[in-house]
Amino acid sequence: MSMIGAIWAYRDFIRGSVQREFQIKNRNSLLGAAWNIINPLAMILVYTVIFAQVMHAKLQGVDSTFAYSIYLCAGVLTWGLFAEMVGRSLTMFLDNANLLKKISFPRIILPIIVVANAALNFAIVFGLFLAFLVASGNFPGWVVLAVLPVLALQMAFAMGLGMVLGVLNVFFRDIGQFFGIFLQFWFWLTPIVYPASILPQAIQPFLVINPMASVMTAYQSILVNHQWPNWFNMYPTALLAVGLCLLGLRLFKKNASEMVDEL
Amino acid sequence: MGTIVVSNLGKAYKQYPSRWSRLLEWMTPNNGKRHKLKWVLLDISFTVDAGEAIGIIGINGAGKSTLLKLITGTTQATTGSVHMTGRVAAILELGMGFHPDFTGRQNAFMSGQLLGITSQEIARLMPDIEAFAEIGDYIDQPVRVYSSGMQIRLAFSVATAIRPDILIVDEALSVGDVYFQHKSFERIREFRKLGTTLLIVSHDKQAIQSICDRAILLNAGYLAMEGEPEAVMDYYNGLLADHQSQIITQQTIQSSGRIQTVSGTGEATVSSVKLLNEKSQPIQVVDVGEPVRLQVLVQVNKDIPRLVLGYGLKDRLGQTIYGTNTDLRQQALNDVLAKQVYRYEIHFSANLGPGTYSVVIALSSTSTHIENNYEWRDLAFTFSVVNLSKPTFVGSAWLEPSITIEQV
Repeated sequence: MSMIGAIWAYRDFIRGSVQREFQIKNRNSLLGAAWNIINPLAMILVYTVIFAQVMHAKLQGVDSTFAYSIYLCAGVLTWGLFAEMVGRSLTMFLDNANLLKKISFPRIILPIIVVANAALNFAIVFGLFLAFLVASGNFPGWVVLAVLPVLALQMAFAMGLGMVLGVLNVFFRDIGQFFGIFLQFWFWLTPIVYPASILPQAIQPFLVINPMASVMTAYQSILVNHQWPNWFNMYPTALLAVGLCLLGLRLFKKNASEMVDEL
Repeated sequence: MGTIVVSNLGKAYKQYPSRWSRLLEWMTPNNGKRHKLKWVLLDISFTVDAGEAIGIIGINGAGKSTLLKLITGTTQATTGSVHMTGRVAAILELGMGFHPDFTGRQNAFMSGQLLGITSQEIARLMPDIEAFAEIGDYIDQPVRVYSSGMQIRLAFSVATAIRPDILIVDEALSVGDVYFQHKSFERIREFRKLGTTLLIVSHDKQAIQSICDRAILLNAGYLAMEGEPEAVMDYYNGLLADHQSQIITQQTIQSSGRIQTVSGTGEATVSSVKLLNEKSQPIQVVDVGEPVRLQVLVQVNKDIPRLVLGYGLKDRLGQTIYGTNTDLRQQALNDVLAKQVYRYEIHFSANLGPGTYSVVIALSSTSTHIENNYEWRDLAFTFSVVNLSKPTFVGSAWLEPSITIEQV
């Protein structure tokens, strides 16, 4: 409870930090905040125009020009949120060493800032993507609301994982190096660019042990097939998310004081 | 509001023989400890009452900054605890965690928010902050282009934008130029009058003596001494020369209740100090401008290659009014033999303001007492200056003017 109180007391700092970080990305640029739109727009254009119109990539079983593009965006954009959250959490204590060593404030607000920043960036890119869905006549309708609980689950998972790795990374910097490599493998071992159905039958059962696979499949079924996701498939990820959040908090509480000595 | 209670505070860092042993300790929690504790601060206890000003002194590495970090809560104590009441503002080292890429204004907001001030409040205070920092257009430049002096100007202005109940200042202020130092000390004094409790780390003797009610001396992680700033400062001076086997003694002089510090290795000692007037009578009360001579008898106990006598006159607050030595005056004695006694007679006119003064005497081989400290004697002699023959004036120096007035 005291944690929530601390977060509330420092809400101005959290809001200010998110705002400042958002501004800082585009300092010294002529177009300024426009880049926050241009970058994700370019990404969506690449995935849609290039894959759909130039390469004529098709998705098995779905008869639509943009099916593969939407499939790709559904996975890549949400994975982007995941990767940003974990990646930033990994270095949040190191990046703020100067602050941690000189100012006394509830350390728990650092992960909150990371989450808020990543969520803001994602909201922009996903908003553009939804606009594209509407414009191209592929909007899933009410089913799109199912994205919210899946996102919540994914963010909880990313936060827990990020917290655990972030604390460990202060003491063992190898974690940061290792996770960069690991994330690459993880991305390609998850059905994001390719559909799970093209995997050999012998490998398919192993997708269950990848906690991100069920989440990605859920997005794809909502946004490509306009179907409600299979909630049951996601319960191991949910359990893992809760477990990681608890472990993360515990590690954080236990080591918060020693952490400052290591920075 | 504004009290600090520090009890049995201690801080130790964990030291592992290698990175792997930390991993092993984490992996096998039941297998005992693999680290050694390196104590940097041990068993520190003191209390600061509301409105008091405490100076913390000590050589580099004595644990001053660690102590402040523990008190402000940036670092967690290994043992003991700190209790504070009231709003705390702290300026530790440079720049209070400024982000180099943000502008001064953004950083001011960030620091303010971290001090628990709301955004609207900071926006309201911003003109004052800008005015006090006096960094002009730089306020909208990223902090990475700031000089260290500009950073501290901004940091101090933000931290003191609202009067805190407790103000904690690390050596930071010495970074600023003389102008800003004066300005910031003026603000600190003003806060003091309004009841702010002050905790300050400084090597600046004058700052400590003129602002603080008490001083705390840290040495190698221990609280070596706590007391009147002047006595602690004198002890600290003795400590600076501590690499030789010397004895530091302090005793309270009965008449004034002040504490005298005598330190040194004892190759030469001061056996008597007298102030004489023109008729060679020993005196303790001197008229402003009266010619006097300070007579010092030095007893040599061992053969020494070089003997230098230094002396200084200090005012009531312990600030040195004047000081020199026979090295600077090119009157050092070479190859001095044991059992000899030297009489030094220092002639000067007491061009001092009314008040009480003390004499400090140092015997060494060079112009600093760090090299060979034979003897360092504080409060070796005290005397009063009274104004018997001059027109009334204020201040600690007699600078006789001649004033001409013309109508133009």
